[in-house]
Amino acid sequence: MKSKNPPEEPAHEDNFLESSRRDFLKHSGLLTAIAFTPSPLVKAAQSGLDEKIADLYEKVPVSLEVNGVKHQLSIEPRVTLLDLLREQLELTGTKKGCDHGQCGACTVHVDGHRVNSCLTLGVIVSGKKITTIEGLAKGDQLHPMQEAFIKHDGFQCGYCTPGQIMSAVACIREGHANSEHEIREYMSGNICRCGAYPNIVNAIQEVKEGGQAV
Amino acid sequence: MKQFQYSRPATQQAVIDAINKPGTKIIAGGTNLVDLMKRGVTAPDKLIDINHLPLKNISIGKGGLQIGALALNSVVSEDKLVLQNHPLLSMALKAGASPQLRNMATVGGNILQRTRCAYFYDTTMPCNKREPGSGCGAIGGYNRMHAIFGASDKCIAVHPSDMCVALVALDATVIVQSKKGTRRIPFADFHRLPGEHPDLDNNLAAGELILGVEIPDNNFAKNSYYLKIRDRQSYAFALVSVAAALELDGNTIKNARLAMGGVAHKPWRLVEAEKALVGKTVSAETFNIAAQIAIQGAKTYGGNDFKLKLAPATITEALKHASGLV
Repeated sequence: MKSKNPPEEPAHEDNFLESSRRDFLKHSGLLTAIAFTPSPLVKAAQSGLDEKIADLYEKVPVSLEVNGVKHQLSIEPRVTLLDLLREQLELTGTKKGCDHGQCGACTVHVDGHRVNSCLTLGVIVSGKKITTIEGLAKGDQLHPMQEAFIKHDGFQCGYCTPGQIMSAVACIREGHANSEHEIREYMSGNICRCGAYPNIVNAIQEVKEGGQAV
Repeated sequence: MKQFQYSRPATQQAVIDAINKPGTKIIAGGTNLVDLMKRGVTAPDKLIDINHLPLKNISIGKGGLQIGALALNSVVSEDKLVLQNHPLLSMALKAGASPQLRNMATVGGNILQRTRCAYFYDTTMPCNKREPGSGCGAIGGYNRMHAIFGASDKCIAVHPSDMCVALVALDATVIVQSKKGTRRIPFADFHRLPGEHPDLDNNLAAGELILGVEIPDNNFAKNSYYLKIRDRQSYAFALVSVAAALELDGNTIKNARLAMGGVAHKPWRLVEAEKALVGKTVSAETFNIAAQIAIQGAKTYGGNDFKLKLAPATITEALKHASGLV
């Protein structure tokens, strides 16, 4: 049984696609489309599936709240949250390291939980609240974890640092910073090629023991 | 990454209608799929987002503990019912991936992650799993991580999940739904061996959606242990891992479950070794005997010869921890 517009579902599934599909077909000839399209599209065209071509070109509406600011965006489904943050919202604090979920440089919080933004598609987190490294400080006042990283020299080149700090904040919030061993285990998703690990652990321990709200 | 269509059908029924089409894949956490799409290993025409479906619950049902397919790995690993009834599952989940990935990965996605190796990922190399008929780069190549049980001359990759090793040890059942209705698949039969078709990792039929898993009640909670041996202490795939669960009557083993990860194309249950434990007294010698039985029939490929020693040693050690001997 299909229900057309259930309350939890944004209406784009039906309405948005319909209107923009019309626009697309109006503004572009099929041959031009085929000449500039990747192979799945050509395949679709060969099977005479004009509608499918149109669909493949669609951008999907996405609404996000990033660091307290609401954004209405229109993105290709293949755009990752990482690229969306860096390229479209110009929030370049979040870093692209391996781009395959192995290094943690891209760590951000989605609805308060730390994730790898490089493996998160933007369309999937539509409607959610994102916090990046730019969202931790309150004006000129650094977040306690940022202060602690500076105090303990928790970095050398600094490239992994935004991810380390986002992960470190989550590590304390989750209740996984109760010992050096636990901190190391729960920070294992963040690689530091400079090897600043001992100082990172010290910074996290200080914030944890200081009992400040993170 | 190639372009694809994205759709979020509103209901479970609409999802099941949508996934029956060729070139269509489900996306949940995306931790494996998006990675494979970025590398060009897989290129679906359409992704069906199921994250909004109501399949996140963890509850006690008639057949045991039920865990929804969309429950996050991190949530399951810290769930009270899981910790109380099946701590082995929690231990296995916490040994897997990183905290960030566990916050994204779902139970259904963990089960359906590809059995894979570095040659599967490298699109410049032959791989029968990625491109049937192209050959196997790992046989005669770099095969340190690879299978010692149940492999074929077509593929020697291993299933990298830790969660699945615990679930196969705990006699779980995978519950799936399609247009034909629901179907229950014993966990041990869910994944398949490579044989002539390493492109197929499991027995899920086209058009089937995983609803969740069910773990029957047992008496293993007190004496279970998950031991994972890897090249670094955390956030790495297993060279070898062992899920061990014992039911003890004093010093006597009443019931036993053993499974291994990192050794086969599927989570590898060790039924003969379990039989060798039942009725015996808890001792290092009992465990050694079972461990030797466990690796009978193992075959190595050069780079992974060390697993012939590592695997039984890991079994013995896991059993010592589970039984309280250490």
